[in-house]
Amino acid sequence: MTTPLLRLTGINKSFGPIDVLHDISLEVNRGEVLCLLGDNGAGKSTLIKILSGVHKPTSGTMEMDGKSVAFDSPRDASDHGIATVHQFGGTFPLMSIGRSFFVGAEPTRRWGPLTIYDRKRANEIAVTEMRQLGITRIDDGDRLVGGLSGGERQALAIARAVHFGASVLILDEPTAALGVKEAAHVLRIVLQARRRGIAVIFITHNVVHALTVGDHFAVLIRGAKAADFRKGEKSREAITDLMAGGEQMAELEAEIERFSAADVG
Amino acid sequence: MTSQAHNQLAVVATAPPQSSMPSIGSLVRRPEVGSLIGMIAVLVFFSIFGGANFMSAGGAASWLNVASELGIIALPIGLLMIAGHLDLSVGSMVPASSMTIAILSGHYDLPIIVGILAALGLGLAVGFINGVLVIRTKVPSFVVTLATLFALAGLTLGLSVILSGSTSVALKSGPTAKLLFGDYLGGKFEVTLFWWIAAILIVGFILNFSRFGNWILAMGGDAVSARNAGIPTDRLTIALFMSSGLCASFVGMSQAILYNSAQVAAGQSFIFNSIIAVVIGGVLLTGGYGSVVGIVLGTLTFAIVNQGIFYTGFDANWASLIIGVLLLAAVLMNDTFRTLALTYAPRAKSRAR
Repeated sequence: MTTPLLRLTGINKSFGPIDVLHDISLEVNRGEVLCLLGDNGAGKSTLIKILSGVHKPTSGTMEMDGKSVAFDSPRDASDHGIATVHQFGGTFPLMSIGRSFFVGAEPTRRWGPLTIYDRKRANEIAVTEMRQLGITRIDDGDRLVGGLSGGERQALAIARAVHFGASVLILDEPTAALGVKEAAHVLRIVLQARRRGIAVIFITHNVVHALTVGDHFAVLIRGAKAADFRKGEKSREAITDLMAGGEQMAELEAEIERFSAADVG
Repeated sequence: MTSQAHNQLAVVATAPPQSSMPSIGSLVRRPEVGSLIGMIAVLVFFSIFGGANFMSAGGAASWLNVASELGIIALPIGLLMIAGHLDLSVGSMVPASSMTIAILSGHYDLPIIVGILAALGLGLAVGFINGVLVIRTKVPSFVVTLATLFALAGLTLGLSVILSGSTSVALKSGPTAKLLFGDYLGGKFEVTLFWWIAAILIVGFILNFSRFGNWILAMGGDAVSARNAGIPTDRLTIALFMSSGLCASFVGMSQAILYNSAQVAAGQSFIFNSIIAVVIGGVLLTGGYGSVVGIVLGTLTFAIVNQGIFYTGFDANWASLIIGVLLLAAVLMNDTFRTLALTYAPRAKSRAR
């Protein structure tokens, strides 16, 4: 048994008197997709923020490669190889593809006595990296990020993370705002990242998307881990029920049926 | 699929997509197209209605002089706006700097260099205070610099009266200082024109060719993401405010040398004029988008309308109306071109799939 790339043990988080996460333990391995499932308000976002260095856990430990780590800032987390891609991907819609790809890490070259931003190289690398993820429509790094589709922006953000050597890729509901075709494309990119040996944490409340790419699943309910299982161990219905809180979901469905029956009658 | 992707890569590597001749499509997507059209329109308008005088050297000098003073302030204001901030305090910074040099080198007869350095130093100091207040308090820079605008105006008035007993102080400067900051070339063109050109080159380099340009754009686009990407947003904010303070104090200082005197009340017009020039130039008021060429074109457009009106038969009072209409038209046009820039069509149809 190899040591997991990232291991959380007994993570608790409270904001003042409000407990948001209780005793979360998770393991993520290289070349694996961990799907983090949960309804709105289940604590997924807080957990991501702890992983990406925005918040510090109230108690509990994080280990990377068996070594204990604590992140002081998002920058610190990304220095440890943890990259987070948010729902809308690129956050600079009015910047060029090349420029936003290299924000904060711009390639430079000498120009006489001056050191200048190497626009051509930045554009080439950005376009090349996106093409490696199968986005072949993009051929001009000078175009604005805002002109890309939602899926392409996700691809840009993932390509950026991969290029800068991320070993853990956190994807926060990457498919939530996308159409069917675009979502499928992003799922394919997730699998490509996995094939490169990256540990992917895929946050979603779409069970179908999760089952398509996931190797390992964890369900959060009201801040606690309700289930932790591997691919093939649970059916889609069972997972949906789990996410919505089991019996409550069955009750809700029965209620909906009664309503529709009343409408027909 | 993968082999296809790699073939495409090879194509990119051997034939980089950059072509030396920009296509019309790519030109239309530049942020400054709207401002270029606007400037040509007012230039044509005033050369028709302004007659031969407007197009003469004297006519050109009248609007280029206005443009150069405004332009030196509009450039750093433009950078600040691209970074998502505003600086209203330039309106007080210009007279504060004029009064500093006039009181030190005029009233107290200190060497002119002392006055110059003190004036520029004051600009840097005010910019530093603005920057620190903005990042520490998290109060919008509009409010912070509105406060420093009034505080600095009061300070200038109060100290001027205490120190010199007047709100207007004469300044006699030597030939070197005159030549560098306050002379007319050919009897018409202010030397500040050269300082403006220098400022255009410096700011253009910063925004387009240095890493800082990327940082400024990113900070204006999304300050939190920019900080997370490792950009020192606090230091960058302070530096930008210091540059606008420095440029405003430069203009105040050179005005005092040019006109041989300084008044407490001069300079308030720079507040809105600089914002108008920058907005006509296609900079997005909310930050994240803009160009130096656009800011320069916006400055020229403003100056042409402001001065061109005197060459027409119209009452000069109409100039503000034209500027108001022009501002609105420019913003709408810039929005249109920005939307165009946000559409992505692959360059070559054959590569699309």
